[in-house]
Amino acid sequence: MGVSRREFLRVVGASGVAGSVVGVATSSAEGSGAVVPSDDLMGVLVDVPKCIGCRRCEFACKEAAMQASAARGETKEAERFKPDAIEAFEDKSVFDDEGLRRPEPHCYTKINRFPNPEQPDKPFFTKVNCLHCVDPACLSACIVKAFRKLDDGPVIYDAWKCMGCRYCMVACPFGIPQYEYDNLWTPQVRKCTLCADEGNPNKGKVPACIKICPAEVMTYAKRSDLLAVAHEKIRNEPDVYQDHVYGEHEVGGTSWLYLLPHQYSIEELGFLELDSKAPPRLTEAIQHGVFMKFFPPAAWFALLGSMMWVSRPGADQDGEPTGEGHH
Amino acid sequence: MSEHVLPVPVNRKFFTRGVFLLIVLAAIMACIAVYRFLFVGLAGATNLNQEYPWGIWISIDVATGVALAAGGFTTATLAHIFHREHYHAIARPALLTAMLGYTFVGIGLMFDLGRPYNIWHPIILWHGNSVLFEVGLCVVCYLNVLYIEFLPIVCERFQDDLRFPAIARYCKWLLPILGKVMFLFVIAGTVLSCLHQSSLGNLMVIAPSKFHDLWDTPICSLLFLLSAFMVGFPMVIFESMYTAWCFKIKPEMEILSPLSKYTLFFTGLYLAVKVTDMLIRGSYVYLTEGSIQSYAFTVEMLFGVAVPFFMLLSPKIRNTPRLLFIAALLIVLGVVMNRVNVFLIGYQPPYATVSYIPSIFEVAVTIGLGATLMLVYRAIVTFLPVISHPDLVARKA
Repeated sequence: MGVSRREFLRVVGASGVAGSVVGVATSSAEGSGAVVPSDDLMGVLVDVPKCIGCRRCEFACKEAAMQASAARGETKEAERFKPDAIEAFEDKSVFDDEGLRRPEPHCYTKINRFPNPEQPDKPFFTKVNCLHCVDPACLSACIVKAFRKLDDGPVIYDAWKCMGCRYCMVACPFGIPQYEYDNLWTPQVRKCTLCADEGNPNKGKVPACIKICPAEVMTYAKRSDLLAVAHEKIRNEPDVYQDHVYGEHEVGGTSWLYLLPHQYSIEELGFLELDSKAPPRLTEAIQHGVFMKFFPPAAWFALLGSMMWVSRPGADQDGEPTGEGHH
Repeated sequence: MSEHVLPVPVNRKFFTRGVFLLIVLAAIMACIAVYRFLFVGLAGATNLNQEYPWGIWISIDVATGVALAAGGFTTATLAHIFHREHYHAIARPALLTAMLGYTFVGIGLMFDLGRPYNIWHPIILWHGNSVLFEVGLCVVCYLNVLYIEFLPIVCERFQDDLRFPAIARYCKWLLPILGKVMFLFVIAGTVLSCLHQSSLGNLMVIAPSKFHDLWDTPICSLLFLLSAFMVGFPMVIFESMYTAWCFKIKPEMEILSPLSKYTLFFTGLYLAVKVTDMLIRGSYVYLTEGSIQSYAFTVEMLFGVAVPFFMLLSPKIRNTPRLLFIAALLIVLGVVMNRVNVFLIGYQPPYATVSYIPSIFEVAVTIGLGATLMLVYRAIVTFLPVISHPDLVARKA
């Protein structure tokens, strides 16, 4: 038996492990380098206790998406976004009938109702939509880079690039991207665009849901300014808000920031307890650790090549059948 | 002394009862393909929903398919890079399995993609930060490497075929060239395999809040790589014995028994790393939570890794065809379970109100893909020189 060859196999195993360990080790080193929110970043501060649950934002959102689709020439899509008359959105029975309401492919935002234990006539309402992460997992995950993050914050999807693998939906910690499974030929990933998609009449202006809100629940401004405002509100009204701005640190920060009522925990209001680290920092660090400008793969290639050379038939004379010179 | 037996076409009757069954299963899949692509789309053909965007087409057809095709690069590494001539007889069948395996991964992926006509987009729209991009690009490259590695087999078949003199001349010209450069492709195949087999394990790490802690570890990619090393030879053992049974020839225990010693090593290594990872992260606390996930993990580790490891420790089991077959099959099924656990069972979307259960169409496509693969495999070994076995040569002479 060629002991030397068995040795080689061990080397292979060991170097494979070593390679990956190096990758992971680098990952924890690089992993701390979180993406810092830029100063241009816009944000939305949602003062949850102020919301009256009129659902006009749902109407305005559908209307804006409809207009954007129409402007892009997607007439069929525009038809699917078309909202019912605004009066229909005053129907409060949806809060009882639909459970926890989640976004749908043609309805980017939804309002949910939670009873107020202190004032039963003034329930709380929360708004769900894409939070436009500072360091979005959907963007990092996408195989064809169909997502872009604009300088002022919106995370935008380019349908023409998409091949429909739906990895973005797997990656999103908030379960936001929605898929048009029923579209046979050109299904798209759908989610809130912060009204910054092509053809949207509110592009470059205040997003539709914020503009229509009669209770002025949401403020659209620089994210850094909003954070200051939020913390001041918490300081001034500790009997209204809980001491936590949701979205300040979650998954590395989000453009949408929420001031939540103190009566409930985060999860009781339909929000998720999430780590402050952006998930792409770990996966990208592992990936770049393994690749490191193609150096490890090239080294691996060279190592295997030299082992192939050293162990070629006739290279060692240990009496094993060497075959008939197979080159 | 093992003597080299040259690979020959099997040259047996192609249409048997088993083959007819495979044709029926493939035909069912073809009908569903028409239904899915031309009439109902993903909504009508699958039970996928907004919370579960990935079903069995991804977890079985793609992720498991890639893992089970690992026999190709592990055998090529052993036989061609380490020049263990003893194992040359299994290199071609393993190469064929890998080539077909990856081809069917691609076909399976087409079923699942919302816009399958854009499947080539990653080749032009590079996204270096995406783990999936790395997996995709390596798989595409490796698939081409596999086709190139397979070319000599086709050339050998046609180089003396007098019916097609032009093709024969071309094959005769091509063969020595391929022989000279093949080592580059063999090494590239191993490098590309190591890269994408490991990266595949990094896919779910981006969703830590949805990925069950029993599987969610930063070294998930290392575990995927080690399990690919582990499952390669058992897959070769499984298919070699299964082929022998189909063609009623003797299983080549003098090759498969020593091969299983490597498997013993890799299974032990995987088991050790997996257990160490669990101890370091403390994820063993979830073993007793009584959820589907805890049972799935236990079954996966117990029957898919631990039991076959201890079976393979015994030389008697390694030398008994039936028992070796069972041990190999357990490892294969263990890796299948692991991939399904990582991509499906261990995936827990927070807002899910209904759980995902595959539709009858999804199941039929998954079965149909397997059947079609076996059908094509049988057709190729019948007509091209893939299998080398003393019985076949004797019969031919």
